[in-house]
Amino acid sequence: MAARRKKIKIAVTGLNAIDSPGPGIPVIRALRASGDFDVRIIGLSYETLEPGIYMHDLVDKTYQIPFPSSGKASLLTRLKYINSIEKIDLIIPNFDAELFNFITLANTLRKEMGIRVFVPTLDQFEERHKSNLPAFGKKHKIKVPFSKMIFSTAEIPSLRKDFTYPLVVKGKYYDASIAYTPEQVASHFNKISAKWGLPVIIQQFVYGQEVNVTAIGDGKGNTMGAVPMRKQYITDKGKAWSGISINDRKLMDMTKKLIRSTKWKGGMELEIIKTANDEYYLLEINPRFPAWVYLAVGCGQNHPEMLVKMAMGEKVVPFKKYDIGKMFVRYSYDLIVELKEFEKISTLGEL
Amino acid sequence: MRLKKNLALSDSGFVFDPSTGDSFSTNPIGLEIVKMLQTGKDADEIKAQVVKTYLIDEVGFEKDYYDFVNTLTKLKLSDGSPEKKD
Repeated sequence: MAARRKKIKIAVTGLNAIDSPGPGIPVIRALRASGDFDVRIIGLSYETLEPGIYMHDLVDKTYQIPFPSSGKASLLTRLKYINSIEKIDLIIPNFDAELFNFITLANTLRKEMGIRVFVPTLDQFEERHKSNLPAFGKKHKIKVPFSKMIFSTAEIPSLRKDFTYPLVVKGKYYDASIAYTPEQVASHFNKISAKWGLPVIIQQFVYGQEVNVTAIGDGKGNTMGAVPMRKQYITDKGKAWSGISINDRKLMDMTKKLIRSTKWKGGMELEIIKTANDEYYLLEINPRFPAWVYLAVGCGQNHPEMLVKMAMGEKVVPFKKYDIGKMFVRYSYDLIVELKEFEKISTLGEL
Repeated sequence: MRLKKNLALSDSGFVFDPSTGDSFSTNPIGLEIVKMLQTGKDADEIKAQVVKTYLIDEVGFEKDYYDFVNTLTKLKLSDGSPEKKD
């Protein structure tokens, strides 16, 4: 007789399954695919048109939560209300920008509401910030493209001293654009700083193939799972619309070394450029699962399920293998939504 | 040349390099040559086999063979080591 699946209530953010997708929906799909958990999914949304709100086959109930910029006090108040109804066991945050609040609230959530989160420590989170990446690379002996923070367009002409064009202009949380001229840097600077604030990061462009790794660490230095992927189709926003799992030992060694030396806790994504000379440059560490994390499930490693088990204190063994040559192909799909539903989430903040 | 050991070949001529995620298609004779390269056969052995099986002379074969092998190298399907000579 098959063992009964354990009932668990998990709140998930990142329901924006849009052209630059949040990881919430793939994380939920992974949780629904779990053989060990029978999940009730509570969606936590920021905006009323996040598609996940209306995907009732995946999300059981959605509550709006305040934007990260509102601070952790207002988030805590809202979570108290939601928890009074839902009795949440675990929250899986999926946005870089909200992680600070969830990391700093972790103890309070556990003590006051019995809600667990399994996220990196504040030190881990801060250390891998784009603006700190050169120091991070030096400390952990990983190649990182040269980068520099700038705070005003007045600094752009002097970039020629340190960089050769093209270069990459990056927001502190999201967005990256390639610039071939100082004028383009100025244009990207204005767009990105208006959206994500300052500083803006200037990074040397490295030619090569984009490879990414989705991984999960136990917080003690052990890699509990890792699947590398090569982007096959990239959107104009630089997002993988299609990718394939690959067998790249160097990439796996780099991932394990990084998780060992940082004692990374939780999900993560490594964004890496592999040059024609087989050199690997770390572009970014995202402190959460990527939007393509469901590929890992397809390859035999359910990373979100592993995260739930670790968060709930269950005994786990690391994944040892994964399928190579498995592909994902993303697609868009039009949901038909009744105005009543839109009205409810817009006015009541829940659906 | 020596091909990467872990290349996956299918009977349809689909060649998959698991270390990079690249995939290619080749025609039946290309597949036959790739398979021979993968088993470690050198150019002379492959030439002997192909000339024996198909209507082609040695000079004609060599021209196409080295062209094909150059393509494989450009596509980074070679393991980088020189061809084994006995």
